[in-house]
Amino acid sequence: MPRYITNRFMLVFLLAISLFAQSGLAQQSENPLSITVGSKNFNENYLLAEVLSQLFEHAGYTVDRNFGMSGTLIIYEALRTGEVDVYVEYTGTVAQVILNNNDNPSLEDLNAELLSQGVEMMSSIGFNNTYALTLKRDYANELGISTISELAVQPDIDMGFSIEFLNRSDGWPGLVENYGFTQQPVGMDHGLAYQAIDDGSIDVTDAYSTDGDLDRYGLLILEDNLNFFPRYFGVPLIRSELSVQARTIINSLTGRIDETRMRELNGRVLLDGKSFNEVAVEFLAEEGLVARVDNANASSTGMSVMWSNLWRNTAVHLQLTFIALSLGCAVGLPLGFAIYRSSRLSRAMLYIAGLMQTIPSIALLALFIPLFGIGQTPAIIALFLYSLLPILRSTITALLTIDPVLKRVAEALGMTRVQQLRHVLVPLALPNVLAGVKTAAIISIGTATLAAFIGAGGLGEPIVTGLALNDTSLILQGAIPAACLAILAELLFELLERVLVKPHMLVGQLPT
Amino acid sequence: MTSSCIEYEAITKSYGAKTILHGLTFSIAANLTTAIVGESGSGKSTLLQMANGLVVPEKGQVSVFSSIINSGSVTAQRLKIGYSVQGAGLFPHLSVFQNITLMATLQKWSDADIQNRYQQLMQLLELDEDLRDRYPFSLSGGQQQRVSLCRAMMLKPPLLLLDEPFSALDPVTRDIIHAEFLKLQQAETRSMVLVTHDMFEATKLAQQIIVLCDGRIEQQGSVAEIENNPASDYVQALFRAGGQGNA
Repeated sequence: MPRYITNRFMLVFLLAISLFAQSGLAQQSENPLSITVGSKNFNENYLLAEVLSQLFEHAGYTVDRNFGMSGTLIIYEALRTGEVDVYVEYTGTVAQVILNNNDNPSLEDLNAELLSQGVEMMSSIGFNNTYALTLKRDYANELGISTISELAVQPDIDMGFSIEFLNRSDGWPGLVENYGFTQQPVGMDHGLAYQAIDDGSIDVTDAYSTDGDLDRYGLLILEDNLNFFPRYFGVPLIRSELSVQARTIINSLTGRIDETRMRELNGRVLLDGKSFNEVAVEFLAEEGLVARVDNANASSTGMSVMWSNLWRNTAVHLQLTFIALSLGCAVGLPLGFAIYRSSRLSRAMLYIAGLMQTIPSIALLALFIPLFGIGQTPAIIALFLYSLLPILRSTITALLTIDPVLKRVAEALGMTRVQQLRHVLVPLALPNVLAGVKTAAIISIGTATLAAFIGAGGLGEPIVTGLALNDTSLILQGAIPAACLAILAELLFELLERVLVKPHMLVGQLPT
Repeated sequence: MTSSCIEYEAITKSYGAKTILHGLTFSIAANLTTAIVGESGSGKSTLLQMANGLVVPEKGQVSVFSSIINSGSVTAQRLKIGYSVQGAGLFPHLSVFQNITLMATLQKWSDADIQNRYQQLMQLLELDEDLRDRYPFSLSGGQQQRVSLCRAMMLKPPLLLLDEPFSALDPVTRDIIHAEFLKLQQAETRSMVLVTHDMFEATKLAQQIIVLCDGRIEQQGSVAEIENNPASDYVQALFRAGGQGNA
């Protein structure tokens, strides 16, 4: 194939990819009646975010669901920087994690501090999702206890607590201090504790007071009669510039859901296997906030929602990978060409790039929050850094392994530096460089799934959500397209190789 | 010697602690073929590569056709200095035609000039026209070396540097190429410097011989002078080594 055709082909191809990637973001346009609802990555928070989203949709808003962000700091940063307009937080978390205030501040104090950061706390939805001690209802009746004080004086009680609870000051150590416990608890995984309580190996464990699992295991929450546990009332946090109309919509939830109701709603997802969408529809209808929609209609939109989500996630995923990879090439290739002659510089750069590779992706993303906030920017930067090593290494190796005789001849024939690069070094390095870029592309596609943790979207979004909910089909909605993308990238690069490189120049491959 | 093509003045070069060339001063005659003969490590390749600036002397200077080789002008000077190496050094991603004509294309020769010169060289070295679009990996060693010579002569350089170009060939092929090389000398007059460890090759192909030993010139003169009056045991030994077919 003549070279000019090759070049034109490449150009069209790159253009097509970037257009395709762009289309994923096109829908994030500024619309006065649009809102972004965020959620953390656990059941209750997803459900409440979905309820809020549907309320907004019924009021005519376009809702962007930015669900499943991992960690308070990440989602709060998203709210502060305007990438999320509203999400449901817990008062105790606002005080201790966000504002770092352990003095049991009043709600007014908290709100004043939040306002200075452009954030506002709305009125409580009603429930208090705090720590609680729980035991089998039957066993409690047998012992005749209903408060923590009564439990503290029981001599033969086996207690198993989550590791976090055992170590938090608002957990076991505080309980010992306030209620005078003398028993020795054991530490275990929270998920296993319910299992253990069910088969009788422990009697008491810690729980969240709105946990949907409580009803499934027939567990009773002991009354915190000394008011030891901090309050974790569910409150919507909003950006303070949100319109009155939006605030009114959010406020329609005020005081609507107490602990029992929340537990029961959580249970519909966890125990009955319903989707957030379904439970939110049911709840809004039961509360009379929204008339129930036709069910058949809902399920058909459910399918189309899945496909549109799939398309959007794939587009965002491609965009993340493509931008990061382009940056990786734009920096890695010239850098490789610039430094390959100096073995000391090459080694130093490869060492730095290698070091970057050893930082776990999640840690790197977390480290970036104070620097770049959340969303696509830090995700792209992280992916860029990960792509740098394979690109840089392959470029340097490719250039170093070119037969020195050929370099000498190119020089001796009287080629200028640029001519040597253009006619000898680049074509000879190309097969190895392409292999490196291919590796980088595939690594990027895989790693980009983690970008969902910091709200960058992409195919990681259904995976993260699915992991939080233990929903395999949701995980597959992210994992299968991601795997397909990786295979597609592999095929694409093979095609590229075939177009750009003569068969006899391909390393480690038989000429075809 | 009337005029010279290369002049070496007080050339010193060492690699690490080992001194390869000890302040050599000598010149190489123009329009003749001069062979630089010596054992491996005698410094003969280093001398050759100083003539086209691939190796820079620590002390002293090298002039080619009376202009000093320096980093500023060497790229332009190289266009007048052909270069062919052992193993041919052909670019594997380029066809025979592209290998030979690359520099002419970069020098913006006209298509007609390129075609003419290419045909001329192919005929001179008896290369088959079918080879035009073949890639180096599919050529025999002899064919590769011929293509390499064509490439070196494409721009009609007045000086041709040959770094053991025939050493890797089998004896039969080497004899054939030797014959072609002599034909080439007749066809186009130019200064040529041939580096070889094979004294018989040197006496066959060159008119002048420089014998190099441990970075010093052991003997310099015409082929007859060297053959009839070897200056030392070392020079005699080079004849014996060649005589045993130990090329």
